[in-house]
Amino acid sequence: MSWRRFFHRKVADAELQNEIESFLVEETAENVARGMSPEEARRQAHIKLGSPQHVRESLWMQNSLPALENFNRETKYALRTLLRTPGFSLMAILVMALCIGAATSLFTVVRSVLLRPLPFRDPDQLVMLYEHFRSPSSNQHGFNYNPVAPADFYDWRAQTHGFEDMAALRYGRFNITGERGELPEVVMAGGGSWNLFPLLGVQPALGRTFVESEDRSDGTAVMLTWSVFQRRFAGDPSIVGRQIHLDGWPYTVVGVLPSWFTYPDAKIEVWVPYAAGFPPFVLKHHDFHFSFVVARMRPGVSLSNAISQVRALQYRTHMEYLHDPVAEDVATRSITDDLAKEVQKPLLILMAAAGCMLLIGCLNVANLLVARGAARQKEVAIRGALGAGRLTLIREQITESLLICIVGGAAGLSLSLAATHWLARAWKDLPSAQSIRSDGAVVAFACAMIFAATLFAGLLPAISSTSKAVFAILQSSSRNAGGSVSRTALRKTLLTAEIAATVVLLIASGLLLKSFVRLRTTELGCVTDNVLTLNYSLPANKYDKPEKANAFNEALLERLRAMPGVRGVALGSVLPGAGYGGDDVFTIPEHPPFPPGEELPNALQRRADPGYFSALQIPLLSGRYFTGHDRTDKANKVIISKELARRYFPGENPIGKHLRPPAYGKGDFEVVGVVGDTIFRVGQPISPTMYFPILSGSGGSGDVGQALAVRSVSDPMTMAIPVQKQIAALEPEMPVSSVLTLDRVVGESLGNAGFSATLVLAFAILSLLLACVGLYGVLSYLMTQRSTEIGIRIALGARREQVLRLMLVDGLRPALFGLAAGIAASVAAAQLIRHYADSMLYRTRALDPEIFAIVAATLLAVAALACVVPAWRASRLDPMQALRTE
Amino acid sequence: MSQKNQPDLDMLKGTLDMMILRTLIGGDAHGHTIAKVIERTSEDVLEVEQGSLYPALHRLEDRGWVSSYWGLSENNRKAKFYRLSAVGRKQLVRETSRWRQMTRAIGLVMGEEMAQNGGGQ
Repeated sequence: MSWRRFFHRKVADAELQNEIESFLVEETAENVARGMSPEEARRQAHIKLGSPQHVRESLWMQNSLPALENFNRETKYALRTLLRTPGFSLMAILVMALCIGAATSLFTVVRSVLLRPLPFRDPDQLVMLYEHFRSPSSNQHGFNYNPVAPADFYDWRAQTHGFEDMAALRYGRFNITGERGELPEVVMAGGGSWNLFPLLGVQPALGRTFVESEDRSDGTAVMLTWSVFQRRFAGDPSIVGRQIHLDGWPYTVVGVLPSWFTYPDAKIEVWVPYAAGFPPFVLKHHDFHFSFVVARMRPGVSLSNAISQVRALQYRTHMEYLHDPVAEDVATRSITDDLAKEVQKPLLILMAAAGCMLLIGCLNVANLLVARGAARQKEVAIRGALGAGRLTLIREQITESLLICIVGGAAGLSLSLAATHWLARAWKDLPSAQSIRSDGAVVAFACAMIFAATLFAGLLPAISSTSKAVFAILQSSSRNAGGSVSRTALRKTLLTAEIAATVVLLIASGLLLKSFVRLRTTELGCVTDNVLTLNYSLPANKYDKPEKANAFNEALLERLRAMPGVRGVALGSVLPGAGYGGDDVFTIPEHPPFPPGEELPNALQRRADPGYFSALQIPLLSGRYFTGHDRTDKANKVIISKELARRYFPGENPIGKHLRPPAYGKGDFEVVGVVGDTIFRVGQPISPTMYFPILSGSGGSGDVGQALAVRSVSDPMTMAIPVQKQIAALEPEMPVSSVLTLDRVVGESLGNAGFSATLVLAFAILSLLLACVGLYGVLSYLMTQRSTEIGIRIALGARREQVLRLMLVDGLRPALFGLAAGIAASVAAAQLIRHYADSMLYRTRALDPEIFAIVAATLLAVAALACVVPAWRASRLDPMQALRTE
Repeated sequence: MSQKNQPDLDMLKGTLDMMILRTLIGGDAHGHTIAKVIERTSEDVLEVEQGSLYPALHRLEDRGWVSSYWGLSENNRKAKFYRLSAVGRKQLVRETSRWRQMTRAIGLVMGEEMAQNGGGQ
């Protein structure tokens, strides 16, 4: 009701004016009738009416909403003051836009990746189950979540009843070959137990999901993801029910997954049943850890209750297979955490950095506002003396910061729309990256930020600039008001806080950057210059005998080594730096048997051709390389890495000893050589490694195909096409994948370490800039304030250097205090990073003295630079000029 | 002039509304007439402040107790007429009975002194 009135005030006012006019006319007419002269009649009518303005104002007041009215007026007033100083306003708005934009972008990503539930049925009821080894050595790089062995999964599902259901999934890779002349290609595949999709609550877009009878070793059903369905099959729905060829075997397409389904990895393009393609003995193993188990909680059964059954079962299994690497425990985490495990920590650190920058931005704007307040002391004092309430004055100043924050926030929000898009693309392997978008919650977050920033930036300056001390200015004739001392103190305090926060950001970014540089410069343990790498996987149906695979591999090696410009060719299963690639436990027959239950020796397992080590320049420490004779039935040889020898053959010569990996089931492998260590992934510690001859023809556990490395004389990428042509000449149906250089492989495995470090550094530099501007502003202000004093000092004979020193010390004091406080806070922050995100500091100490020293020096240098200009100006002050101005 | 009447205004606020409604029982009227009628009927004891009459009229209209229209006055001039609505009529009844109760109660309390004062005059 009153809203309607409020917005119809203008109409009501116009009508009232007409009414008043008609009153005057009536009254005049009446007076004339009484016998007055027209002038007198009109005069009397006016006297009777009183002030028409008063009547109008009464109605206007009656129709208005005081709060809205005030707000309206204050907004107009604040707008005018802001427009009068466009430089300040632009600066403040820009600062706010950057800070709110950055915080909002990070929030958008964090919300989509860490907070938004997955698009499954009751996602909060889904948990991931892992095997967990309790030994300290297994947990030295963080709590271990070990993938689950198939037999364990089957046992858990059949023998425990605490969960509604459990499903397993695994990763795989297939060569898709064309039926109608399409190019062959390698696709990443998921293997899901038949109940996976129903358990997640995923309905296929076309066709159906797997049925129980298809989830077997000889299962040949396949589901397409939306991306491959559109890309390779042109979205033709008739593909359902037809056959496609994976690794040369026919599979029947039973369904197509909806486009939003990108779990657990957007790179997966086809799904096969979990058991499909595995020989039955693999599925009976309790120590082939390659599956991920997702379980749906049963309503009314607590997680701890449900999991305790599984733990008890797993412990029984462990006791049963004491000589095998079977975990004794089970660990669980929510499906969202599980998906975000890689990015959670960097994201939270970035979010914290953005929050820190927002804080600095607010402090900066607060500082600028205090300076403005100083310039308007007289105005505030006069208005206060004339009766403006303190609350009104405060509200007015807050309105100003509100305007700054709203405009800045709006700009920041649009900035963040673009930035979020960029962030989602630039961040490699960000889970649910396609679902990152700005929505109501993000806008609400931005609004909350705006109001928090408004209060934070506006309240303190407003309160200080309307304090009682301000009124003293009217009592003194001098312009140097008493209030200015406390105000300068306030500015210095704000500045100290700003510098402290900047130091924290700088140190955090320094630590991350150092860690990144350490990662970047990691020695792989082999040559990485001019090495072309690619992967291929021989179609199993055609190369069903070891001899056939050996023939292909040897023919290819021979052709490649004969190519001009090739300095060496290595063929193995997994190249250095290219990833984990599987490990196996083993025993050493020459050593006394391990007591049951103790963790068995364990090493990464690789395959290598005779020329592998010399081509990659991995040094031979003792013994020999493989030869062409170490093949098929004579392939029971193994080459071990230095780390393996150090750890499991301490103080003895391993050559001639044997390794007995139970997973191979072929007895003992004789150690023929010891080679230098290589790193399987940048950022990971050196692991013991054992190399088996690739010419054995069989792949051990988890055949991951062949990895080829070609070392060339010049740019290796120019070799890519000729090498692929040689492969195609031997086997035209076989696709190759991951055509990269070894440098790139290393770069890929750096992940986002560089990205997040750079982003935090950008935030830190921006903050440093803000702090610098703040320092400069405070000191310039101080100089203006003290110009009389300085003038008198100079007039009395103070030397220029003394004045310069005085001003410099005055300006550097908050910088020093801020630095001290910031370093103290950084120590705490570094401990936090150490504690929660140790993996982000690679070979970098949390309290790295180098970083702390560099940051302190940088900050002091920048602060000195910011102080020197105003201090210099103060020392050049003409005393006569200064005194006259006053 | 408003200064003098200031203390009375608040007290009059409720009663002014009531008196306006009462005046309109006699038929539609514009602001000038309403003021005149109140003044005459009160034997010129009550002087209607224009500064409160018009806001009051707008307030009553806003509450739906009166409606308004532009018409021609007795002197053939354009004027805004107010008409009592059904709701307004009910409101008037309520206010009147409340006013009677109030004056009677105040009369009972003040009775003797007023009589004495009255006697003195």
